[in-house]
Amino acid sequence: MIHSLFLINCSGDIFLEKHWKSVVSQSVCDYFFEAQEKAADVENVPPVISTPHHYLISIYREKIFFVSVIQTEVPPLFVIEFLHRVADTFQDYFGECSETAIKDNVVIVYELLEEMLDNGFPLATESNILKELIKPPTILRSVVNSITGSSNMGETLPTGQLSNIPWRKAVVKYTNNEAYFDVIEEIDAIIDKSGSTVFAEIQGVIDSCIKLSGMPDLSLSFMNPRLLDDVSFHPCIRFKRWESERVLSFIPPDGNFRLISYRVSSQNLVAIPVYVKHIISFKENSSSGRFDVTIGPKQNMGKTVEGVIVTVHMPKAVLNMNLTSTQGSYTFDPVLKVLTWDIGKISPQKLPNLKGIVNLQSGAPKPEENPSLNIQFKIQQLAISGLKVNRLDMFGEKYKPFKGVKYITKAGKFQVRT
Amino acid sequence: PVTCRHDDLKEMLDSNKDSLKLEAMKRIVAMIARGKNASDLFPAVVKNVACKNIEVKKLVYVYLVRYAEEQQDLALLSISTFQRGLKDPNQLIRASALRVLSSIRVPIIVPIMMLAIKEAASDMSPYVRKTAAHAIPKLYSLDSDQKDQLIEVIEKLLADKTTLVAGSVVMAFEEVCPERIDLIHKNYRKLCNLLIDVEEWGQVVIINMLTRYARTQFLSPNQNESLLEENPEKAFYGSDEEDSKDDKPDAASLVKRKPYVMDPDHRLLLRNTKPLLQSRNAAVVMAVAQLYFHLAPKAEVGVIAKALVRLLRSHRSVQWVVLQNVATMSIKRRGMFEPYLKSFYIRSTDPTQIKILKLEVLTNLANETNISTILREFQTYIRSMDKDFVAATIQAIGRCATNIGKVRDTCLNGLVQLLSNRDELVVAESVVVIKKLLQMQPSQHSEIIKHMAKLTDNIQVPMARASILWLIGEYCEHVPKIAPDVLRKMSKSFTGEEDIVKLQVINLAAKLYLTNSKQSKLLTQYVLNLAKYDQNYDIRDRARFIRQLIVPTEKSGALNKYAKKLFLAQKPAPILESSFKDRDHFQLGSLSHLLNAKAVGYQELPDWPDEAPDPSVRNVEVPWLPTLRFSLSLSFPDPESVSESESESSSSSSESGSDSGSRGEESGDQSEEEEEEKKKKKKGKEGPRKVCPESAGRYHRHWRGEGAGSATSWELRNTSRDMGGLHDSFTSPALERRDQLITSQPQHVPTAFLPPSAQMLSPVFSTMKTYELLHRMAGEGLSVEYYFNRQPFPPDPHMVAVQIQFSNNTESEVKNLRVSEPKLVSGMRIQEFQEIGKSMVGIDTCPQLPGVNWAGSFSLWHVSSSTHSRQFYVSIQPPVGELMAPVFMSENEFKKEQTPHYKHCTVGTGTWT
Repeated sequence: MIHSLFLINCSGDIFLEKHWKSVVSQSVCDYFFEAQEKAADVENVPPVISTPHHYLISIYREKIFFVSVIQTEVPPLFVIEFLHRVADTFQDYFGECSETAIKDNVVIVYELLEEMLDNGFPLATESNILKELIKPPTILRSVVNSITGSSNMGETLPTGQLSNIPWRKAVVKYTNNEAYFDVIEEIDAIIDKSGSTVFAEIQGVIDSCIKLSGMPDLSLSFMNPRLLDDVSFHPCIRFKRWESERVLSFIPPDGNFRLISYRVSSQNLVAIPVYVKHIISFKENSSSGRFDVTIGPKQNMGKTVEGVIVTVHMPKAVLNMNLTSTQGSYTFDPVLKVLTWDIGKISPQKLPNLKGIVNLQSGAPKPEENPSLNIQFKIQQLAISGLKVNRLDMFGEKYKPFKGVKYITKAGKFQVRT
Repeated sequence: PVTCRHDDLKEMLDSNKDSLKLEAMKRIVAMIARGKNASDLFPAVVKNVACKNIEVKKLVYVYLVRYAEEQQDLALLSISTFQRGLKDPNQLIRASALRVLSSIRVPIIVPIMMLAIKEAASDMSPYVRKTAAHAIPKLYSLDSDQKDQLIEVIEKLLADKTTLVAGSVVMAFEEVCPERIDLIHKNYRKLCNLLIDVEEWGQVVIINMLTRYARTQFLSPNQNESLLEENPEKAFYGSDEEDSKDDKPDAASLVKRKPYVMDPDHRLLLRNTKPLLQSRNAAVVMAVAQLYFHLAPKAEVGVIAKALVRLLRSHRSVQWVVLQNVATMSIKRRGMFEPYLKSFYIRSTDPTQIKILKLEVLTNLANETNISTILREFQTYIRSMDKDFVAATIQAIGRCATNIGKVRDTCLNGLVQLLSNRDELVVAESVVVIKKLLQMQPSQHSEIIKHMAKLTDNIQVPMARASILWLIGEYCEHVPKIAPDVLRKMSKSFTGEEDIVKLQVINLAAKLYLTNSKQSKLLTQYVLNLAKYDQNYDIRDRARFIRQLIVPTEKSGALNKYAKKLFLAQKPAPILESSFKDRDHFQLGSLSHLLNAKAVGYQELPDWPDEAPDPSVRNVEVPWLPTLRFSLSLSFPDPESVSESESESSSSSSESGSDSGSRGEESGDQSEEEEEEKKKKKKGKEGPRKVCPESAGRYHRHWRGEGAGSATSWELRNTSRDMGGLHDSFTSPALERRDQLITSQPQHVPTAFLPPSAQMLSPVFSTMKTYELLHRMAGEGLSVEYYFNRQPFPPDPHMVAVQIQFSNNTESEVKNLRVSEPKLVSGMRIQEFQEIGKSMVGIDTCPQLPGVNWAGSFSLWHVSSSTHSRQFYVSIQPPVGELMAPVFMSENEFKKEQTPHYKHCTVGTGTWT
């Protein structure tokens, strides 16, 4: 399936290669570079490229291209999903998936890649299994190893490989047993010029951090599970229980993982927590324009909207912007033409406003489109859909775990057309 | 300096200290990772293959696999180490020895690899067996002559019952022998049932393979629809001819109209894959989506839309692939994505390639009702800064306009407004699209043509210029004054034009010459002369050809007369089609579909067969579950005899109605008369049991219930529960999770373990479960149920009595019911089953006491039955509990019997002592 993998940084250096079958020459990447050149930006490099003898399937993560070489028919998503899993694993092991982290840990990276694929077919991708085979690097361990000469490799088959719950290690022990759930919801929305909602949807995830000893069997129930319209599960969740009782019943993996992602049924109206007033105009035959944006919270929330950032991709003809803001700070990148206004918390008493003059290239025609505003925000202690966890029960173990649930709402792809 | 450094590494590798070796190996691996050549270190490295330190060893493996191909002779030195490793008591070491051994691409060791794979395929550890499955394609790519032997190994591993092996062996199957679909038959149900517990990568491979398998083994679930479409015509033609002769066509159409019944195995696949739409892995979701798209009845495909839309939230590359597949699906099954229309709305921050795919989907989804919303969206898109996207939007508007007549004028007006856009690309694209639209109704739009003629002065994009010229030429009668003037201007700039424009100038000249030769004769001559000496031979060629055609000379033949007809013929308007049309002949989700070209190794998705192949090939001989298999046959009576038998049957039905369900100890009896007698005797002992409607309904729910997602066939479920009761050790978390799983090795329960002194008990409990043998839909009206009456069977104490009830749910009668072709495994016996000659009519239940009995032997049973007109293959698989008889014995006797061998049986019967 997957023949080889090349990791390429933004300046086009191939800084790692790994082959699972015969060696494929680096020159195959030339086709990738060609496609990269053709595409205006990294986002537009086609994920699948056909070359005379191979197919290249690539993903772009953290400023690195993961380019895999394929020789025969394979579902493209299979490869793409696997490459993302590789990137996730690096993230998990090294705290970040950057070129430096990979270069610094090149041996571990190689050992990981060796375990993850056999002859191009995934062998072990479950983080719990990998961590038993290859221990993640820590400063303490490397010191200990250099003194004692012990290694980072597990000498026996990870227990997960043979069990029916490959996601969990056999012997887990904690002095403090804790289970935390973060309910994170994101609002995707398109707001049109007049302020009415063209499209809005709530997508959520429950990220868990579970540090429980032994083999706990958990069940998590909601006050209003019917809200969840479409759900995707971590493999640990018993699908049948969900189907029949709408209860999440599972033996959790150890550590951090995503329990479910969900979409809230589209019949429910989405409460949009902020509104934007905007005047952006460019005069005909003049080298300047007006920019005036005010953002405010909607009344009915009762919670503070914070972490507000407005990003605007200005038209190419814009040279410069002279603005004043009543709150927060703004920057304008004249190369990328991106205006970023970092507002922070919005208080309803004094609405943040950013206004001023836009300088255009002289002689350039008036931009036809007004730029749209991309808005980020956060609301703590609120799940905008109204989803509420009812209770968490634990079976199979005797101790009493510490349990916690946190709610947070964020802007997802939140766009205001002007 | 390079050699120096390598010397240094060699020294470290030769040292006695593991830490130095490790350091050296780490540096070497780092070199390999960067793509630097480290092959000259091979001798120094290979020496360390047996190193005690596991990390050094692993890194040596990495090195070996990378360079063994280049240094084959030296690589052979390491082989013995791996051969030793294959015998290691630690399964991880056995597995990794096999992994490395099979990854060394040295042809000379093929026989060693073959041997190792064969041995590993029967290893105790499923992990080692998994590794063996991985090794199969490696060996195959090294030496394809080994195919036959490898297929044997694949066959063996396909029979493996662990989830760990399933995905890997199917992968091997797909790479080595995807054409051997026959190897799947026996493993089909198992694969379906294991699927949910297989790791996600294996799921993708299995689902894709099963899609292909289903296409060869089952009938199209949508065939009735196509039949309905075809039928009226056929019936019409048919009746015309043969009405007078006889009613043959009626019979023919009856056969045709035979209701489609989905093969339970087909249903099993659909049901067991559905929960995987909830997988976190996009590849799994896509695999299930394509399976449903290719295999599910139209009404059920809709479920996949929600899951696919969910994937649109994922990474850009995932979005890109999913949108391509949605684009193809949305052409065939528009309705299923319509509720999610807004999820395809475009954001200015989407990358262009995503925008264009979303646009494609939006266009495919456009219909009369939603077009105004979609056009409003498009208006926003047209003002985008991303010009490639704007061009695509204009084309999308064009497609909406051609497909939906209602909005054609609105679209056209919108596009004409775009002609005054500042961006030339936008104007050019609009021109091209307007040209296509105008072809549909040119007469009404001479104003637009005039407007476009003016554009030739400004617009430089060749395609747009060519389009305008073509339009003017084609509709020169609508713009008689402007056309010659355009030609005049174009002849001036002719030499500087692009080739496609030049060709259209010649075209325009020719058309004008034919319609308005007075004004344009000289101009045409001039243009043709210029073209005659053009650098491009296509243009020279065209000019010569056209001159001959339009200018009458002595030499030019009859063709000249038809020149006008040739040039100014009515031309059909172009159809604007999606580029994704018909892409679904590639299996969706595949690389080939994405590229719209066959990729290497792509397996065609076969068409549905016209006739379903024998479904019994999938029946599995489960060694620990005796199954009774037989087919039921019955004949439909001849039309003449109907009236006669009707009276008969009415009496018999009334009789049987009262008797239904009463069962006695002597139920094993064979002869019909006797049976009748006994029924009378036993009448009233048990209340009459209505069988047909309720139980049929229950059965129905079993198969198609809402919770269908997770259950497997009921036989398996029952048995697994029973087994669970027998073996306490058997409650693994996975079993709790999905109870249909049978993970234990088959357990042989001993046969008829009755001690001679034991005394059989009559049953104490009376809740008897009836099982469906043949559903009335599948049986074309005949439904058959059975249950275990838990009574001793006097003719033979080693046999178990099974009560079978036949009910006829149709108006027509059924006769000559018999069991044929019982497939009996050795050690299995069946009492003769006599033919039921009686005919049955009406919805009455007609209970028969055929007394199919079988020995309490725990081996497999097959029975089958047949008649000339219909034959159904059925099988009975009794739960383990039904094959045990309650026995009375004293405590001492019990203890005596309680040898280890029988231990688990006594658990079951212990309560009786």
